[in-house]
Amino acid sequence: VTDREAILAAVARNRPSGHHPLPSIPRFPQPEECGRLATFLRNFAAMGGSVFTGSPETDTIELVRGQLNGPVICSAVPEIEGNRKLDKFVRPSDLADVDVGIVRALLGVAETGSVLFTEDELAVNTLAYLAQHLVVLLDPDDIVSGLQDAYERSEFHRAGYAVFHTGPSATGDIEGVLILGAQGVRTLTVALISRS
Amino acid sequence: VWIQLDGEPPSNIIGPAVHKTRGDVAEVFARSLGTDSKNDDVHYLAKAQREATRPIILKADAGLTGCNFAVAESGTVTVCTNEGNADLSANVPPLHIVSMGIEKLIPRVADLGVFIRLLARNALGVPMTQYTSHFRKPRFGAEMHIVIVDNGRSGRLGMEEFWTSLKCIRCGACMATCPVYRRSGGLSYDATYAGPIGLIINPTTDFHKYSSLPFVSTLNGSCTNVCPVKINIHEQIFAWRKVIAEKGELPIAKAAMMKAAGTILSHPQLYRLAVSSAGMALRHLPHFLVYNRLNTWTRGREMPQAPRETFHSWWAKNRGRSNSDGAAQ
Repeated sequence: VTDREAILAAVARNRPSGHHPLPSIPRFPQPEECGRLATFLRNFAAMGGSVFTGSPETDTIELVRGQLNGPVICSAVPEIEGNRKLDKFVRPSDLADVDVGIVRALLGVAETGSVLFTEDELAVNTLAYLAQHLVVLLDPDDIVSGLQDAYERSEFHRAGYAVFHTGPSATGDIEGVLILGAQGVRTLTVALISRS
Repeated sequence: VWIQLDGEPPSNIIGPAVHKTRGDVAEVFARSLGTDSKNDDVHYLAKAQREATRPIILKADAGLTGCNFAVAESGTVTVCTNEGNADLSANVPPLHIVSMGIEKLIPRVADLGVFIRLLARNALGVPMTQYTSHFRKPRFGAEMHIVIVDNGRSGRLGMEEFWTSLKCIRCGACMATCPVYRRSGGLSYDATYAGPIGLIINPTTDFHKYSSLPFVSTLNGSCTNVCPVKINIHEQIFAWRKVIAEKGELPIAKAAMMKAAGTILSHPQLYRLAVSSAGMALRHLPHFLVYNRLNTWTRGREMPQAPRETFHSWWAKNRGRSNSDGAAQ
């Protein structure tokens, strides 16, 4: 008997008696008093995120371009050009010297102020962690109301990697003092730019 | 071998170094990372940690992570962190090894919409952890392995009074509210899972070693009150005491003490005499008598400071109405 068979047999034998049908999951609608976009921005800021705000959108792109600090810029979006090659053959650790990474979010979640990426958005997953700063392009139309809405996306059944970022990396491990910039990116900034 | 720099195990499941002051951390970092031992600025220390850890991650051959929830229908492993350490460990090295208990499994992706919400809210009071990551397969050019751990869990599933402890999502809310945990700290439990939930799950992994743990509770029920998955923790602590007594695991000293306590607690005058002489004893007995091998409690802990007088005698002096026996009215 393999360990796997032994564990499965023990679980089958010890299963609490009775009928245990899967529960239906209630929906918990999210309050969006000030509108979905404003709700997203408020919750995103509360978790330590910041926002590029220009208007109209062409100005936002220029604003982002003008704010790209640091010599190494690595972009995974067609709107903004970087100076570091990015394709899936780049080794994950090769992105360790990137100053600014730029990616597009698959969607945003108003309830939590989160943005979602899969390996398709990131090209190389470490771009979202090894870069010192991460700039995220987000189409306001891609913002969903709650986490439950986000989990309806088919990417959760398809993608090898999917991740919600809610603010930059952070820690409170020393006396509960909040530090933004733990082991991943030090800042996370959203630019509201529609998909072209 | 502990991976922690100071050789100690973690003391809390969501804040492993919560028992340390910034001064303690400055000392450990000065010793192990070469930082300035006099600088205990938290930003300075966190930056030193970040810069010391990155090269290690970049050179690692394998990254190990845990798992907060695993989804049956999609084969997803979910990991929640704030630091980004799990995502770096999983995404930089060519090998990602996940270790998960069998009870982490939930049926559907849609269930994550409930459980992810529960976790961060009850752990930290925030809507989400900074990073909530979903791994379904190895990334391009890399390997991913999942180690599924039983370690007493399938056995616990068959224990009528205790199986619901398998619902635990490891948020740590019971520890944050527990008056015993808050005073004693996680290290005093000498187990992977400290706090109220530890009292009821550790005995299923090693009954003999952890048979004294269910007695480290006042049964106040605060843990049950805050538990987001509604585990009746304090009732299970009480139930474990019965199991331990029936199996004869109660140490002779404890059994004798329980019997003595029963006598004393049912006789008020005896109780008052005992309380005042115990306080006197704690204040005046030499250290080696209180801290000896028979008193297992003091092996990893300090005894509290005994007050100068009992509440009863204080009351008689300050609020008493010429009550000859000094009893509070």
